Amino acid sequence: MRPQVRNTYLALLAIAIVAPLVGLYPVFVMKLLCFALFASAFNLLLGFTGLLSFGHAAFFGMAAYVAGWVVKTQGWTPELGLVAGALSGAALGLVFGWVAIRRQGIYFAMVTLALSQMVFFFCLQAPFTGGEDGLQGVPRGSLFGLLPLADDTTMYYVVLAVCVASFLGILRIVTSPFGQVLKMIRENEPRTTSLGYDVDRYKLLAFVLSASLAGLAGSLKTLVMGFASLTDVTWQTSGEVILMNLLGGVGTFFGPVLGAGIVIALQDMLADKAGAWVNVIIGVIFVVCVLAFRRGVVGELLAFIERRRVRA
Amino acid sequence: MTEIFGIPIQAFLGQLMLGLVNGAFYAMLSLGLAVIFGLLDIVNFAHGALYMVGAFFAWIMLDKWEVNYWFALILAPLAVGVLGVIIERTMLKRLYGLDPLYGLLLTFGLSLILEGIFRDQYGVSGQSYPVPEALQGATNLGFMVLPNYRAWVVLASLVVCIGTWFVIERTRLGAYLRAGTENSKLVQAFGVNVPVMVMLTYGAGAALAAFAGVLAAPVYQVAPQMGSNLIIIVFAVVVIGGMGSILGSVLTGLGLGVIEGFTKVFYPEASNVVVFVIMAIVLMVRPAGLFGKEA
Amino acid sequence: MKMKKLFAAGALAAAGIFGAATPAVAQISGDVIRIGIITDMSSVYADIDGQGGIEAIKMAIADAGGAINGKKIEVIYADHQNKPDIAATKAREWFDTQGVDMLIGGTNSGTNLAMAKVAAEKKKPFIAVGAASSALTNDQCTPYTLHWAYDTTALAKGTGAAVVKQGGKTWFFLTADYAFGSQLQADTTKVVEANGGKVVGSVRAPLNANDFSSFLLQAQGSKAQILGLANAGGDTINSIKAANEFGITKTMKLAGLLVFINDIHSLGLKTTQGMYLTDSWYWNQSAETRAWARKFFEKMKRMPSSLQAADYSAVTQYLAAVKSTGSDDPEKVLTYLKKAKFNDIFMKGGWVRGDGRVIHDMYLMQVKSPDKSTEPWDYYDVKQVFKGEEAWTTKAESKCTLWK
Repeated sequence: MRPQVRNTYLALLAIAIVAPLVGLYPVFVMKLLCFALFASAFNLLLGFTGLLSFGHAAFFGMAAYVAGWVVKTQGWTPELGLVAGALSGAALGLVFGWVAIRRQGIYFAMVTLALSQMVFFFCLQAPFTGGEDGLQGVPRGSLFGLLPLADDTTMYYVVLAVCVASFLGILRIVTSPFGQVLKMIRENEPRTTSLGYDVDRYKLLAFVLSASLAGLAGSLKTLVMGFASLTDVTWQTSGEVILMNLLGGVGTFFGPVLGAGIVIALQDMLADKAGAWVNVIIGVIFVVCVLAFRRGVVGELLAFIERRRVRA
Repeated sequence: MTEIFGIPIQAFLGQLMLGLVNGAFYAMLSLGLAVIFGLLDIVNFAHGALYMVGAFFAWIMLDKWEVNYWFALILAPLAVGVLGVIIERTMLKRLYGLDPLYGLLLTFGLSLILEGIFRDQYGVSGQSYPVPEALQGATNLGFMVLPNYRAWVVLASLVVCIGTWFVIERTRLGAYLRAGTENSKLVQAFGVNVPVMVMLTYGAGAALAAFAGVLAAPVYQVAPQMGSNLIIIVFAVVVIGGMGSILGSVLTGLGLGVIEGFTKVFYPEASNVVVFVIMAIVLMVRPAGLFGKEA
Repeated sequence: MKMKKLFAAGALAAAGIFGAATPAVAQISGDVIRIGIITDMSSVYADIDGQGGIEAIKMAIADAGGAINGKKIEVIYADHQNKPDIAATKAREWFDTQGVDMLIGGTNSGTNLAMAKVAAEKKKPFIAVGAASSALTNDQCTPYTLHWAYDTTALAKGTGAAVVKQGGKTWFFLTADYAFGSQLQADTTKVVEANGGKVVGSVRAPLNANDFSSFLLQAQGSKAQILGLANAGGDTINSIKAANEFGITKTMKLAGLLVFINDIHSLGLKTTQGMYLTDSWYWNQSAETRAWARKFFEKMKRMPSSLQAADYSAVTQYLAAVKSTGSDDPEKVLTYLKKAKFNDIFMKGGWVRGDGRVIHDMYLMQVKSPDKSTEPWDYYDVKQVFKGEEAWTTKAESKCTLWK
């Protein structure tokens, strides 16, 4: 990528590395990173493949429960918990994808919604999730059995490492030939089919990748917070990740990360100022973004820079 | 006493009746949504919020100005219809021609705003709205006692549903509407004011939602979240029925009410989720819904 | 080059947003006694605790003089929106960076369980007021958790036993299908059967079901005397309304297993008259409670619920402990609280048991009929008092490792 862009990312990485040392509260930034990963995973499907899923919370939340359960009751080490969570995301993604891929547009979205509601129902009923109380008391354990994660700062660097690795992974996917085909599918699906590509296969694979990364994000969050709850599998959470992408800029690389940051920061700041205004403000942001700001913050920024460059 | 599927026939008929009552209500509610999507290609996520506003309007009118239920049935839809027109003019108009998902996201944002405002003003416990005097009491049907008000809900819903279907499918106005949304330039060339029609259509859809809200007020608590609890189910109804088909939504609404009713007897825990199971199955088998036209 | 500058600016702006939003690690302030409360302020449980709970705490602080030994007392609050994520994050943040000395848990059991774990980790006192789950003092007990007002066991023992004694021998349950509802039904069933009653049937309705008519029809078909409502909030309100509509209340008596005075106020006496419920406090019980309630009414324009009174009590007793020990050190304060006797507007002769449960009287109430009510909010007749340990989990039933 262009050197300016790379330097920006390096600068951000540097800031992220020194964050706990300059006094930024690690637990908050960790939560942010988990949701940034979730949003980026979603972007893989929406921004790069052009598929809007309304049920991504199912992958995020189910993995959160699975990871929590294996770590808490089976005594697995945290990195295995993450693997378990990501795999459950992949498995669920395979099921959802196989059912939903046959349809397009709104119908695709509705099918994913229906399926995620069923997952919600399952999580509500299944005894291992703890129902309304949630799966509480998940220990952080020791990474590979060697490095204890109870300390927030240590955990922070582990989370940062996982997230950065995942972002690099997403970058790799997007710039690879596979990623190019996905973009082709988004731009013009019939043409891609006429070129001989098995479009459904590609879509399914993109779906599974997106779901596993979402699962990884969910498992990470369980380890950070120490519990998994029903909130993670509600359709409102699916809506939240859509908002993060919309706000940040669909199809851009950094957009979902920024979008996640803004939404999480807003929720946190507004939690102190009581009342229903949280929802109103989020609603206003949705409306404004859709009407005037469709490319999202990063999208608009890139377009602005592009215009300047052309003129200059 | 005779039994069907293991439950006494009395109970069976009772549940069937209740299922129809709920189904009529679902049909009523999904009607507005189907009209808006069928004719305007907008997935109106704000439908639940407009329904809630209709119910609140009725309550406020009773509480502050002592306007009774019967007037509310007419005034609330009018007021919310105007609100719908304003929304269409100021915001939705700009989204035509874009991916319909933007309309969905915009209306989703609107629903959050409306719900938040009412929640801030009125709290969450909900307000009580009394059943109008003429409809109080219950009738003993032999196999169960049916509150008169619920019978009225069925009647009103069916009348409005059939009426709307008739207007859209059988009258000239409806024909203009259908033609106008398919090919607006051509219809405009014939002198029909398409943008105004579109605006009024959205307003009418909103009014239908509000009408359902007023019908609901005496039965459910009038609370800011009453819409969001229902909206997902109503969406599923419309999708199953076929998103462009009004008849589809009405029949699916009724059918779902009955199926849900029986689920409540045999496997009650699942009654909230059965609609989604049906939706997934239908979409796999008939992608455009039961009565929909293939896109 | 302009590009580089623009990107650099963008990066700094992004960092700026994060920096501004994340709280910096502040000095633990030793000069202020800071009480935190995290509760539902905007969603389904906002009325029974919420803003009213915060007002009650402010009243407690004012009544304690506003300061102890020169240290000012402060309260901060947050809305968890019924999300355990937000509750736990806020609790953690407050303990780490805001110097919160004591945390109060508002409504919603899931959030309270999460906060209790955080408090135990940070070794700070946590007083659960709004939550119902008896797990807080049972299998999830910690040395730092005090459960102040009520729990599912007390509700079950109260309503279950008392109603059977009053003649309601056959029961049918309408249960909300989630952990809380099932727990409530299970606890109440045990008590009903132990007292000679019989549960003839039950039906589980999905959480937040819109329409209860079908379930109520099944209840009516069972011919039981009592309809036990093992649900809460909006579900309870909707099922009571529907029960009236379908004439169920003519042949069955309602027993609300979790009902607050705000629910009665919302439904009205005509709909709820005759219903049994168990609660930890009622404003119209004595001159003392009435006086306090009227002061609350002046601020909030509605009468306090038992949870709001419990908020006042918890803070009052905490501050008394701080005053007596001369410090806000958690170990000293908790040791004092676990030995003290509590006398305030909420309870008389209350005390803390080995598992963290605060023992006090519970009351079986019956909702008055409209003609017997003398003023707004005068809704209950106290039918029975459960003294001392009568209403709570027994040692034999408890799985708390601290209390053996």
